[in-house]
Amino acid sequence: MRSRISLYGLTFSLPLLLWQLLFFVFPLLFLVALSFWTVKNFTMRPDFDTVNWVTIYGRAVFWQAYATTFVMAALAALLTSALAFPAAYAIAFKLSDTARRWAVFLMVIPFFTSYLVRVYSWQIFLSDNGIINVLLGGIGLGPFPMLNTVGATMVGFLTLCFPLVVLLQLFSLAFIDRTLIEAAHNMRCGRLRTVFEVVIPSARVGLSIAALFAFILCFGDFVSPVYLGGGEPTTLSILITDTTKSGQQWPRAAVIALTMIATLLVVAFAAIRFAYKGRSK
Amino acid sequence: MTQDMTALPLSVHPSGTPAVATAPTAKAPAAAKARKTASHGAHDLNRNRGVDAALWVYILLAYAFVFAPIAASFIFSFNSDRFPSIPLGEISLDWYRAVATDPLVWEGLRNTLFVGVITGVVSTLLGFGAAYTDYRYKFAGKQVYLALALLPPTIPVIIMGLAMLAYLSRVNLSGNALSVIISHVVVCAPFAMAITRLRLSQMDPALEPAAWNLGASEWQTMRHVIIPFCKPAIFGALFITMAVSFDEFAVAWFVSGLNETLPVKVLGFLQGQVSPRINAIGTFVFVTSMTLVILAQLLLSNRDAKFRNTSGE
Repeated sequence: MRSRISLYGLTFSLPLLLWQLLFFVFPLLFLVALSFWTVKNFTMRPDFDTVNWVTIYGRAVFWQAYATTFVMAALAALLTSALAFPAAYAIAFKLSDTARRWAVFLMVIPFFTSYLVRVYSWQIFLSDNGIINVLLGGIGLGPFPMLNTVGATMVGFLTLCFPLVVLLQLFSLAFIDRTLIEAAHNMRCGRLRTVFEVVIPSARVGLSIAALFAFILCFGDFVSPVYLGGGEPTTLSILITDTTKSGQQWPRAAVIALTMIATLLVVAFAAIRFAYKGRSK
Repeated sequence: MTQDMTALPLSVHPSGTPAVATAPTAKAPAAAKARKTASHGAHDLNRNRGVDAALWVYILLAYAFVFAPIAASFIFSFNSDRFPSIPLGEISLDWYRAVATDPLVWEGLRNTLFVGVITGVVSTLLGFGAAYTDYRYKFAGKQVYLALALLPPTIPVIIMGLAMLAYLSRVNLSGNALSVIISHVVVCAPFAMAITRLRLSQMDPALEPAAWNLGASEWQTMRHVIIPFCKPAIFGALFITMAVSFDEFAVAWFVSGLNETLPVKVLGFLQGQVSPRINAIGTFVFVTSMTLVILAQLLLSNRDAKFRNTSGE
């Protein structure tokens, strides 16, 4: 294929490049600049002052939120991966081709429903007079306070990530060499042992990437922590919305956002290193 | 019209190109058969009915979890109770009526449609260009180009929202529908690119050079060969990106100002009183999005059949 620069080639390649530079790279770079601006009398001034960084990093609230967010996102990633794996495994190995296609189609549907609406719907299930407590009350239990707990936030996180993680895991399981599994079985390797010693290692890249996506999604989500978790404990995304929307302290919000991006980059790098460990040899 | 155009390069080359059309049909059943026998062999040894049944139950539970909120939202949108729970109240269309008579909802819907349609068209165009660039060209910095083209959806929406708000208000673009469109295209174009790229990878790499050899210019080849071949993917991308834009609320919430889209209104309802109106809107948006997705799916799955027809002429 020819690769010299031509008007023809540029017509197709340039528009997206320009768009993403102008409206994706520049905004993110501007965030860096913004974090050094100062706010006086509710107006922002271009400046080069580390005051925002010092203020935010000097606050216990921030570090608490940071730890909370990190732990909750990591927990959600592990939980989602663990709960999704049996489903992905069963869909990949136990269903007929037709049934598998339907299963995939059904798993795609949630992507086109509003996450907000689904979260609101979980309120109907989890509230004190909600469906679950009414059902439990029917057999003489409860009511259990479920809304506005960390558990409810986790339900929201699962709602957010579960379909994506199942699909990504399914995708990686589909590429496993079936003869490897057969070989393991021939050598009298039990079912469970085959799963842990053949299937999971073979699908490690996909499984790690799936968990990484779950982590990224939950780390940045503010809907579940607010509307299912009741805003307690405070997460970084809640801090950002509060700082931006009510506080008008955009430079400080920028500091939080940049810290989140840095964290995500480190986590993504570590996850990808782990995923491909020993593969390149 | 377009059918003739696709047929043109194919019919001139009866020896080479029809293979493109017939190969997948011939290969697919054989491959499926091979897979089937392979999986049979793998299953026979360690098959255990109890485990299989447990896995079946697990699949059902997984889907129950995924669809519980969707189904509940649908059911309670027709329920008269102010605070939705069981036992169900009367069946009513009150919430739909409340939504339909709310001028703010209509305004939100108008904004959503406006933003969604333009976002869909622009994202599809940009995504097509990027997919074609990746398909055809090798150049220094291609990795960076692809990263720029595909990364935006992985940035948390809240950070995108903040960055967009700060940046766009700096260049006096924030607080209107245009700012929502700009931000949505950033997020949606990667989806359009991925869909189109997938389609291009199914194209015989010899097809384009063949058209050139027959004297077509690059532009003519684009118009008469590549675009017709990608047509299902282009429409698929259009519908999918529109559906993504219809549901996006976080970035829109940050940048939209007074021109709120429907999902941003829903966010407002969530913040205020618990309101079953959300269910009515959600069901409406769900039906709209699903219609778009199913249209896209039909287009994307009929492509092989269509392509066979055109090449057979």
